[in-house]
Formats: sequence, structure tokens, C-alpha cells
Amino acid sequence: MQQEVVLALLAKEPSHGYQLRARLRQALGPVGEAMNAGQVYVVLTRLEKAGLVTTESPAPATAKDTADRKTYALTAKGQHRVAEWLTEVSWPKPDLAEFHLKLVAAAAAGLADPLSIVDTQRRELLRRLREAQRAAMAEPDGSDAALLLEGIVLRLQADLRWLEACERSWTTRRSAP
Amino acid sequence: MSTTILSTRGLTKTYGDGESLVRAVDGVDLDVAAGETVAVMGPSGCGKSTLLHLVGGLDRPTAGEIHLAGRRVDQLTERTLARLRRTDVGFVFQAFHLMDELTVVENVELPALLAGRSPRAARARATELLRRVGLAAKAAALPTALSGGQRQRVAVARALSNEPVLVLADEPTGNLDSAATLDVLRLFEELHEAGQTLVIVTHDERIAATADRLISMRDGAFVDETRLTGGTSGRLGALAELEG
Repeated sequence: MQQEVVLALLAKEPSHGYQLRARLRQALGPVGEAMNAGQVYVVLTRLEKAGLVTTESPAPATAKDTADRKTYALTAKGQHRVAEWLTEVSWPKPDLAEFHLKLVAAAAAGLADPLSIVDTQRRELLRRLREAQRAAMAEPDGSDAALLLEGIVLRLQADLRWLEACERSWTTRRSAP
Repeated sequence: MSTTILSTRGLTKTYGDGESLVRAVDGVDLDVAAGETVAVMGPSGCGKSTLLHLVGGLDRPTAGEIHLAGRRVDQLTERTLARLRRTDVGFVFQAFHLMDELTVVENVELPALLAGRSPRAARARATELLRRVGLAAKAAALPTALSGGQRQRVAVARALSNEPVLVLADEPTGNLDSAATLDVLRLFEELHEAGQTLVIVTHDERIAATADRLISMRDGAFVDETRLTGGTSGRLGALAELEG
């Protein structure tokens, strides 16, 4: 899992590890089922070492279950990393879950407008589709490359349609009180 | 500075009234430059087809102005408007709208005949257009003997019959498979290179991505505009996951 996803979920407020896990489960539903319960803690430990999060333990810490009792919070460096990540365009690595969580986290923490993230992504995909489509149009009929280009075009189209669904959904959520 | 071929101001079309008032097109300002290809995208019911019908004189606006090639056309009499539809505007529809009892070349020459050209001139022009869309060999065939992509190319040839200042296309690839879509896109590209002004409403992202300008429409109004011109990034390898 992307470290930034966990970071962004902390942007709203400091949380316990199990709360982060619950939020991920809620955002991902059955897609997140394969996720190992310990994964979040592995990521959190890494983030702590990298100076992106700090922890607070209730004193006195007991040997057992400390991971679950700790509260994790973003450092200034962590805040900065989240802001960076939200504006990054991650296609063509088609990590749909990461993009989805980016929108969820951005909205929850009020860090960025999900619709403007969708818009940036859409423009980027359209530029790529333009490139692939122009290349396809320049190929003679029946060339091997034309078939590959068709695959690229169809995938980009599917991605663009999903972005449209994202746009619709987040527009509705925004206009809801 | 390029010439503006099409210009609308506050273009509005409403249906019904009171509680049931529907604003199909809601105050649209659109400027299309000569030689430009503009794609209007949006979900079904966003008003994009209505917009195209207004611009092409197939329907009358409730309010607002339409200027075509420097002439105000929204207040013309029905007769003048009909002549304008025949000569200044070319239409391409999703369902082709070819006449099945006429041959391919007869379909293509029909608008020229209706505009009062001599049969000889109309035939010569139609033959030239069919050559241009790669269907010279099908001139004597009936439309029903052609594939969907070929029929749409005939429809494009017909739209060009009277050398219109503006070609309007409504979901031109809506009924076509991938290969036929590519053919039609290539044809539009050729028209574009020849300087034809094109306005295409579509929900096909492939058309949108190859246009000069992409306008997104929602609930009768323009909500976003993207200019997609420019060179390639040379990142096709990344798109096929050869890299990264």
C-alpha cells in the first residue's frame, strides 16, 4: 500500500491505528479485503522512521497492544508530503485504489477539492489519449502496432469514464449539506 | 487573428413553463474560429444536441443570438433559414440519415441539386467528394450494401456537398465499432487539415481528445474548456507499460 494513503488519512486528525484501518475498510469495501491487518502498522512505523508522523502513547505504556493505543499525527514534513501527493498525477500506473483514496482523504481533511483533482487527472488522460489516438490514426490498417494502440486507447477511455463517474459522485456529495 | 465562423451569445432554449420549465440550453456563449475543430462533450440530456440543432437552424432559440460567418441568423424567416441549412451548414448524424433507395453518389449529390446546381456540376462534385472519403468505387452501390463506417463517410461527403462554412456532427461515431471510428476520425482530421470548421457533439472520448478544443457541458451550460493542441510527449511507451 502507498505510504501516502495512510499519511493523507491522518491529515484530518490524529488517529489510532485501528481507526485508520476502519477508514480504509470503509473507503475500499471488498477491494480492501485482501489487505493484511498489520499492513497499516508496518506503514506507520516506516512513516515514523522517515519523520513524517509522530506518535503519542498513553502513559504508562504497556508492553501489550501498544501499537493500537498509540495516537499517530502528521509532522510538518508529513503535511507537506500529503499536499504534494494530492497534486501528483499518477497515471499510467493504473492504481485506481490510490486515486480513489486520494479523493476520499482530500475531501475528509478539506485539503483539496476532489473535483479539481479529478479535473487535473482528466486533462492529463485526455492528453495521453490524444497522443495514442493520433498515433493510431497514423498507422496503416491492420498493422501490429495499431492493435496495441487500440488497447491503449480503450484503456484510457475506460479510465476517463471512471473519472466521469468520480466527478458525478463528488459533485453530488459536494452539493449535499 | 483568425476569423470567427460561429458565434453565439446568451443562447437559450427552454421547454415547458413554470414548475416544469426545462432549460435545455442555458445562456451559452460560443465562439468557433475558422478552421477550428471543437468537441462538445457531456452526459445524455446535457443539452449538447439541442445546442447543435440551434446552431444549425434545425431548431429556434428561446433567447440569445447566433452569428454564422458574420451574419445574424437566429431571426431569419423560415424560408431563408431553410436555404441556409442547405448551403452554409453540413450535418452529420449518428444514424447517418442516408436515403436507402438512392445510390451512394445520388445521396451525396442531393444537397447540391436541392441548392440549384446543375445535375452535371452536382455529379462532378459528388464524385470528387466520394474520392476524397475513399469510396469512389462504391458510387453506384446502395447504402445498405455498405458497412456502418462507410455509410458515415458517405454522410460526411454529403455534408460537404455545398462547401458549407461549418460542418456540425451529432455523435458521428455513436453507431460505429473501433476500426470504423478510426476511419471517421481520420476523415475529420483530413477535413481539419483542409481548413474545414467543425463542431462535434459527442460522448466519445476519442473524438474529444483529437479536437483542438474540448468543451464540457452540464445542464445546458458550459462548465469547462480544455485546449488540447500541442506536440506529443513521446510517452507512448509508458502508456503500454514498456517503461516505469
